[in-house]
Amino acid sequence: MPALTERLADASKQKLRTVQEYFSLAGKALRFAFVRPFYGQDLVQQMDEIGVKSLGIVLLTGFFTGMVLALQSSVQMAQFGATMYIGRLVTGSMIRELGPVLAGLMVAGRVGSGIAAQLGSMRVTEQIDALNTLGTDPIKKLVTPRVLAALIMLPVLTVINDVVGIIGGNLISTLMVGVPSGYYWRTVWEQIASGGFTLRFIPNDFIQGLVKPFVFGGIISITACYFGLNTTGGTEGVGESTTRTVVLSSILILVVDYFLTQILLSVLTP
Amino acid sequence: MTDDPRDAAGSPPLPPARSSVEPAGPPTTDGDQRPSGERRQEGRRASERRPTTIRRAIRDELADEPTDEYYSETHPQEHRAVPVIEVDHVYLGFDRPILEDVSLEARKGETICLVGESGTGKSTMLKLILRLLVPDRGNVCIHGEDITDLTFEEALEARQHMGMVFQSAALFDSMSVFENVAYPLREHTTLDDDAIEERVREKLAFVDLDPDQVMSQLPSQLSGGMRKRVGIARGMANNPEIMLYDEPTSGLDPLSTGTITRLIMKLQRELDVTSVVVSHDIRSVFRMATRVAVLNERRIVFFGTPEEMAASDDKYLRDFLGGS
Repeated sequence: MPALTERLADASKQKLRTVQEYFSLAGKALRFAFVRPFYGQDLVQQMDEIGVKSLGIVLLTGFFTGMVLALQSSVQMAQFGATMYIGRLVTGSMIRELGPVLAGLMVAGRVGSGIAAQLGSMRVTEQIDALNTLGTDPIKKLVTPRVLAALIMLPVLTVINDVVGIIGGNLISTLMVGVPSGYYWRTVWEQIASGGFTLRFIPNDFIQGLVKPFVFGGIISITACYFGLNTTGGTEGVGESTTRTVVLSSILILVVDYFLTQILLSVLTP
Repeated sequence: MTDDPRDAAGSPPLPPARSSVEPAGPPTTDGDQRPSGERRQEGRRASERRPTTIRRAIRDELADEPTDEYYSETHPQEHRAVPVIEVDHVYLGFDRPILEDVSLEARKGETICLVGESGTGKSTMLKLILRLLVPDRGNVCIHGEDITDLTFEEALEARQHMGMVFQSAALFDSMSVFENVAYPLREHTTLDDDAIEERVREKLAFVDLDPDQVMSQLPSQLSGGMRKRVGIARGMANNPEIMLYDEPTSGLDPLSTGTITRLIMKLQRELDVTSVVVSHDIRSVFRMATRVAVLNERRIVFFGTPEEMAASDDKYLRDFLGGS
């Protein structure tokens, strides 16, 4: 029995240490953003890697999600004769929830796994040690540019995701449901305005839709860097780090999304 | 792409002194067909010779290597007596003890070779010198300054004066050869692009690589021996006073092994670099070491010249040399 409690205590300590190291890495990565030397070229390269190269999957995801949202809701709303409000439903869903979450999940799968695999390979082939011995802090050189790039690019990808989703919804509502395009776009604006404004001209929906991807960007990049830098066990370890990154960042995105929504709804009440 | 053909002659048979501690066992593979007793007798005679004679015998195997006279001229005794690296009664352990009461000293211009069985803490010693690890007890001093208490940032600064060559070369695989060698220069110097290119060319030429041919290549396009040489070029790009090598010849063919060994000696000879080399290759160790440290069961069990090592009656040393 004491052995069991001891093991549980050890396991808990290990988990707590992991959490501490995770937040310590996040803190260092953000602090180094303001400390010389700045790796501007690496930042641009990572913005390209995380943002530009993810554009394809984000466009596809957003467009088809918007279309299917319009299609499904048209069936339900037809029962109440409310199909003219499809624009409001698609817009609200995309901007507040589906845009940020889907973009986050897509980027976690594509970019998170890529970062974990890259840093994991660097770890097992002693390239991280080489950086250290060459007098470079690996966190500053490798983690900070990736975290900053994700923080910048995920909101951008989300906005694009939202826009193509709403366009997809417009396509279906006009061609298949028979809602005039002009009316659709009017309901889109009505939805945006109904959430209220911060500082009189910033729609609350936009704030909600941009804060979330910003947080998700941090979650994805720090999780990927954490598992990548702590890779052990050769190529098998790299695979394990990649899987852990995708699983944990996807779960964190969904869990954090709920709590973030609670907080934002209470703060941004119209 | 092949390695330097000059190294065809770069893998000489073991020095005569070595055979003095060879136990009776399978015949050597160097083509010597004489009975083992006769060879042992010759070895015994060799071990009785003065160390300098044996040293010379080792060196004479390499036509282009300097003699002891060369060393005494270029490296005056008082100059060579300056300790550069001092490991003083160091203890280190993680889940289990790794090193216990380990002391080591490398003087200016020396090449210290660390040998021992796998898992005895040889690479850990390099990490202590680089201050990638901090000892539980004891001190590590570089140029007389204790580096165990340095902050992370100060340790990064201290490492800029050292060059490290990894077992796997550890070249950045997303960068070209040029970018790899230029990396420490871009990071820590204010040299302009032309000066950096000139320095990179100089270092690549030093390690017998054709800059025009390899500069634009990626590490994955190079052979193992070439990768190691680029690793050495990167390590010495900043003109460090200390070079550390973690099994620089492991996994290489005999020609490439000869090339790397020759390069390490060239660095010592021409640039007066203090080197610590972790190696399993006793043949190379005898060629390049000024002193050899043998690690066994977490402790240094021998620290002396190759001649002293070859002449030692210690059973472990005899077994170690005989088995290698």
